[in-house]
This record gives sequence, structure tokens and C-alpha cells, in this order.
Amino acid sequence: MEILKVDNLSIQFGGLRAVDQFEITVNDNELVGLIGPNGAGKTTIFNLLTGVYAPTEGEIYVNGTSTKNKKPNEIVKLGSSRTFQNIRLFKDMSVLDNIRIAYHNRMSYGLIASVFKTSKFKKQEAESIAVARNLLDIFGMGEFENHLAKNLPYGKQRKLEIARALATDPKILLLDEPAAGMNPQETEELMETIKFIKEKFEVSVLLIEHDMKLVMGICERIVVIDYGKIIAKGTPQEIRTNKNVIKAYLGE
Amino acid sequence: MKKTLDAISKTYSFIDNIISVKFIRNMLLLYVVFFVMMYLLNFRIIPPDLYGGIFISIFIAIIMAVSLNVATGFLGQLVLGHAGFMAIGAYTAAFVALYARDAVANNFLLFVIASLSAVVTAGIAGILVGTPALRLRGDYLGIMTLGFGEIVRVLLNNMKVTKGSLGLSVTPGIMSVPLAFWTTVVVVVFIYVFMKSRHGRAILSIREDEIAAESVGINITKYKIMGFVIASLFAGVGGSMYAFHVGYIVPTSFGFMKSIDIFVIVVLGGMGSITGAIFAAAFFTYIPLELQQFESYRLLIYSALLIIVMLYRPKGLMGTAEFSVDGTIKFFRYLPKNLYNGSKFLIEKVKSFEFPSFGKKKGSDQ
Repeated sequence: MEILKVDNLSIQFGGLRAVDQFEITVNDNELVGLIGPNGAGKTTIFNLLTGVYAPTEGEIYVNGTSTKNKKPNEIVKLGSSRTFQNIRLFKDMSVLDNIRIAYHNRMSYGLIASVFKTSKFKKQEAESIAVARNLLDIFGMGEFENHLAKNLPYGKQRKLEIARALATDPKILLLDEPAAGMNPQETEELMETIKFIKEKFEVSVLLIEHDMKLVMGICERIVVIDYGKIIAKGTPQEIRTNKNVIKAYLGE
Repeated sequence: MKKTLDAISKTYSFIDNIISVKFIRNMLLLYVVFFVMMYLLNFRIIPPDLYGGIFISIFIAIIMAVSLNVATGFLGQLVLGHAGFMAIGAYTAAFVALYARDAVANNFLLFVIASLSAVVTAGIAGILVGTPALRLRGDYLGIMTLGFGEIVRVLLNNMKVTKGSLGLSVTPGIMSVPLAFWTTVVVVVFIYVFMKSRHGRAILSIREDEIAAESVGINITKYKIMGFVIASLFAGVGGSMYAFHVGYIVPTSFGFMKSIDIFVIVVLGGMGSITGAIFAAAFFTYIPLELQQFESYRLLIYSALLIIVMLYRPKGLMGTAEFSVDGTIKFFRYLPKNLYNGSKFLIEKVKSFEFPSFGKKKGSDQ
């Protein structure tokens, strides 16, 4: 089943067409890479997919529903969740609370229930704590649950951001350069983590990355863009030998 | 699956236990505080005519500071017109007291009805100001809310129903220390519990990072307005208490300086700390009154105090931390152990202390 379907997507900033007729389809439990040279429009595509920008043309379907005129928080409810290139955690809150905030929409108690601490409130709060702890344990960060997010080491902050994205119960996970700033060993570890969460949570993953080792290592399909246009797509093997891609990255 | 369900029900019963035990303990503590205060007043250990009034002023300041803390400390918006909401609450309560005085014989009931009406009008004002304010942030929002406060004051000053600058008089003798105390308890507990719920966490997440909050599914528009409205509703309660306490309200009592006073209390108490706001409200209401005997030096000492606090506690007295009974118990329980470890560490340091050698380096003397 198609989790993410993008048709003919374009966005125009004044005279600049940052994304031009982009299209992509991500199926159930698939790992797709999106690569391209600096300034190719990768993050812009992510911002379009998550509703931060409204497209000039084209349609985006998440889980079969069009995201037209939907706000970012409504798109999250459809089942897409993202991380950011420059980590955006809730810095002055505990690691556990960071994940519990993402659990927000899976709880349903209202304002009155929270004031009178009804049994629904207590049950759902306990559930949110259990789910958050479970996620932290999966990522091997159980011991850090009471630390402030800003005090975590860099690699763990990245992991926490992924864990937080998973707490919204997504069908598709959009990872924006998860390996940025990591050393080779951490990148290796991250590769394993991404493979693991794909199997464990049965999510599809769309990944922006510069680290070719990571992209070639785990992606099943790769889409390459340059100047907002798709220049190649296919398996890692095909991309590696594609002339257009080599030209875009290395010049002629 | 069964394992996780078990874990959930286990945590659930665990939390349930803690809350009920804690709840009883906290209620007992509140009663102790209440009875100590009433004992001191009733047996004239501290003069009740003077300090009764001071206590009520402190409770009003606490309500104003804690409610502003929702918008400024937790939601992270600069609001400089809090006295405007207070004024709306105070005038509503005054009108209700004026027209319902004959219909409602019970003083307590009259206060409740007046306060609830104040909540409604101040809440409506909160929605009206909060909705356009969503588009602004930082200084611009500060200026807009400041403008709102001034508009309210000028309107009250020029309307016929409010008798302009002559002001309105309210039935005296309704506000008492116990009433003020328990109203404050209700307001503070409401805000505290609210901030511990998913709605409170959503508001906090907006302060931390708006874009990230939106990306995990928080409806920013909804929660910004909610934060703003909750702050304004309770400012209405504070206004109602003020009207009944003072017995005579004029527009000038809700001027720009009143808003700044509340804001200063929130900043000094710690933006994002309810207990910090409570301590600061008590302190900065009491100190100026006590300093009155120094006449012209009063403002000097007051400003010096503010500067000292900002120098040594730049994040406010409490920062974002909360005073908790559990934390205090823990502190005293581990105090002997910590003292022991600390002194051992010091002794080690002293033992291994070496005087730094100047001039000649070791091993290089010939």
C-alpha cells in the first residue's frame, strides 16, 4: 500500500522554483533515500511534505488522504512524523517529557478531566509514561529519562528526536540528515537503529542524507534531485553508476 | 503485548497510590498553614487590623503572579497588560455586587457569583486579545498587550456606567483572610494540576520550540489561545478579590505600573515556577509596605533589592524549579550522608594540599 504519494509537486519562491515537478511514492515498510547536492531542495521537500510550506502546484497524499490546506499538526495525525536537520528538542524539559509531548494526540482526556484527575486521566497519563519508557529502553536511553534534553550528548539527542517522532505512532518517518555531525562509528550505530525501527515499528522511512555509506547501505530505493528536479531514481547500484548523478556531484 | 499491558496497569496502580497519599498529606499541610496563620491573627500575636489586610493583598498578588506565569513563564509570551484583565474582573465583580446585593443575602455566595462573572468577562477579553496576539511575538506582543491595558483603563475612565475617575464602591466586609486564602488555594491548585496535564505540557512545548511542537502534532493556535485565556480568567478572579478587599475601585489602580509590578514578581520569582511566583509575590508585596517607614529611601532600597536578585539569581529566585515537599524530605534525609561525604572530600583536599612552589622548579636545583 502507498503510504506516501506525491504528484507533480512544485513550489515557487518569487522567481526561484525551488522544487519542480517532484514525485515520489513510498510503499508500506519501505526505506527510501532522498539525496542531492547542497541547495538541491531536499529540506524544502520535507517542509512541503510536513505542511510547513504550501505547494504552488501538486498534491501530497499521506496514507491515502490529501494534505491540501492541512496544518502541520493535522498532517502528523494522518501518520507522518519528522526529525530536523538541526536538532529541535524541547531543551529545558526532561527526556521523558520530550516523548510524552509527542504522545499528546494519542490521549483524549479533556481540560476538566485533567483538573479533577479522573480515572481516564490517570490511566492515559500512566500509559504515556509506560510508552515513553518503553521507547527509551528500545533506544537504550532508559537511564537518562530524568536528564534535561539539552544535557544529552549529541548522538543521544539525535536518537531522542527519532524516539519522539515515533511516539506519535507514524506510518512514515521523515528523517532529515540523521547522521549529520556524527563520527563513522556513531553513523554505523545509527544505520543499525534505523534498520531496527523499520522492522520493529513497521514504518516506512524517507531519509535525507549526505553520508553516502549510510544511504547506499540501507536504502532500498534512492531518488536524486538537483536544482529541485529529479535527475535519477533507482536502486543504490543503479544510482552509483548513473552518469547524471556523478555529473551533479563531481561536475564534468 | 501482555507484558506491556501488565506494565501499564502496574504503573497505573502505583501512580494512583502516590497521588492519593500525597493528596491527603498536602491537604493536611495546607490546613496547618491555614491554622497557624489564623492563630497568629486571632490571638493578636501579630496585629490583625494591619496584617489581615496585608495577607489579603499578598493572596491577590499571588493569584495575579501565578496566572501571569501561565502566559509569560509557561507559554513564553511577553504580556504587559495583565492589570487590564484584572480591571475587567474588578469592575464586573463590582457591578454584580452592586445589582445582586439585595437578591443574594449570603456574602460568600455573592463573592462566588461575582468572581464567576469576573472569570467570564475577563476570559472573553482574553480571547479577544489572544486571537490577534497570535500573529505577534516578543516585544511586539508586549507593546500590544500594554496598549490593551491602557485602552481598558482609559475606557473605564471615560464611561458613564463606571462613573469615570470617581470609581465604584463595593459592599465592604465580604473579603476575609480565610476566603482569600482558600480562593488562592483553588486557583493555584487548578493552575498547577493543569500544567501537569497533557494540555500543560503542550503549552510548555510551545515555549521550548514552536516548530518542533507543531511537528509532533500540537495544535499551536489552540494552545496559545488556551494559555492566554487561562491567564486572563484568573486575573479576573484576582480583580474580583481586589474589588471586595479594597471596597472602592478607580481606573488608576489598574494602570501600566500595576501590570509592571505583576510582571516583575513573575520574573523575579522565576519564569515557569509556580512556587517561585508565590514566594516572590509574598515578598514583593510585604517589603514595600514594611519599607514605608523609611519614606524617601523606600524606592531606593526596593530597587537595590531588585538589582541584587537579578545579579545573583538571573533566572529568578526559583528558575523553573518547583518547591516540593518530597524534594525537601529527600534533602533532609540525605543531608547527613551528603555532609559526611562533603567533609570527607574536604579533609582529603586539605591532606593532599601542597604549597605551590615559586621560583625554582622541582628537580632543577643545582
